[in-house]
Amino acid sequence: MEILFFYLVAGVAIISAFFVVKCRNPINSALNLVTTFLCLAVFYVMLESPFMAAIQIIVYAGAIMVLIIFVIMLLNFGQTINGRYTHGVAAAGVVSVLLMLVATQLVRSGDATGTGGPVTSALIADVGHTELIGRALFLDFVLPFEIAGVLLLIAIVGALIIAKQKV
Amino acid sequence: MIVPMEHLLTLATLLFALGLACVLVRRNLIMILIGVEIMINSVGLVLVGASAFWQQVDGQIMVLILMAITAAEVAIGLALVVYLHQQKKSIDVGIFDEMRG
Repeated sequence: MEILFFYLVAGVAIISAFFVVKCRNPINSALNLVTTFLCLAVFYVMLESPFMAAIQIIVYAGAIMVLIIFVIMLLNFGQTINGRYTHGVAAAGVVSVLLMLVATQLVRSGDATGTGGPVTSALIADVGHTELIGRALFLDFVLPFEIAGVLLLIAIVGALIIAKQKV
Repeated sequence: MIVPMEHLLTLATLLFALGLACVLVRRNLIMILIGVEIMINSVGLVLVGASAFWQQVDGQIMVLILMAITAAEVAIGLALVVYLHQQKKSIDVGIFDEMRG
C-alpha cells in the first residue's frame, strides 16, 4: 500500500515537473513547481526523515516560492515571453538521455552494500528525527553550518547592493 | 527504505532531466532559475534517499546546507533579474548577448 502510494506520488511529481517546463505562463509554472516541492516533501516523509519534509515545505514551498512569485508579479510580463521550443528541445533531449544512460550505468555497475549506520528507524522513532539532525548539525558539522550562515549574510548584502544600484 | 534505491535514482534522474530541459528550453530568466530549483531538489532527493539507505544522517545535513545555498542563490538571482529588467525592460535571455564574440 505504502509502496503503491510512493509510485503514485512519483507520477504526480514527474507530471507536475513536466508542466513546469511546458506551461507558457510563468505563474502556472511556479504553481506546478509548488506541487513538485510538496511531492518531494512526501518522499522525505516516506524516507524516514520528517524534519527534512517540514524544512522542505517551509523553505521551498514557503519562502523561495513566495520570492519567485513575488518577482514574477512585480515584473508583470504576463504571456509576452513565450518559450521558443525549437532549438532547445533537441539539446535538452540529448543531454537528458545521456544523463539517464550515465545514471543507469552507475546503478548497474556496482551493488550498493546496504550496510547500515547507527540511525535506524527504531532510533528515529525513539529519539526523534529533529534531535538527531540537531546533534549532527551542531556537533559534527559545525563548520559547514557556520559557513552557510556567512554565505547567507553575504547573499543578503549582495542582494541589497544589486537592488539599490541606480540604473 | 520502502522502495529499491534504483527506483529512487530513476525518479531523481527524471526530475533532473526535466529541470535541465527547463533551463535549456525556456527563454525566460525566471524560468531558468526555476529549472535550477528543480535540479537542486532532485539532488536533494538522492541525498535523503542515500541517507535513508545507509542509515546515516550525513546526507540530510548536506540537504540542509544545500537549502541555505539555494536560498542565497535565489535571492541573488532574483535581485539580478529585477536589475536586468530595469535595464532592458525585458528578461528574454536572447537580449543579453553583449559578450557574444
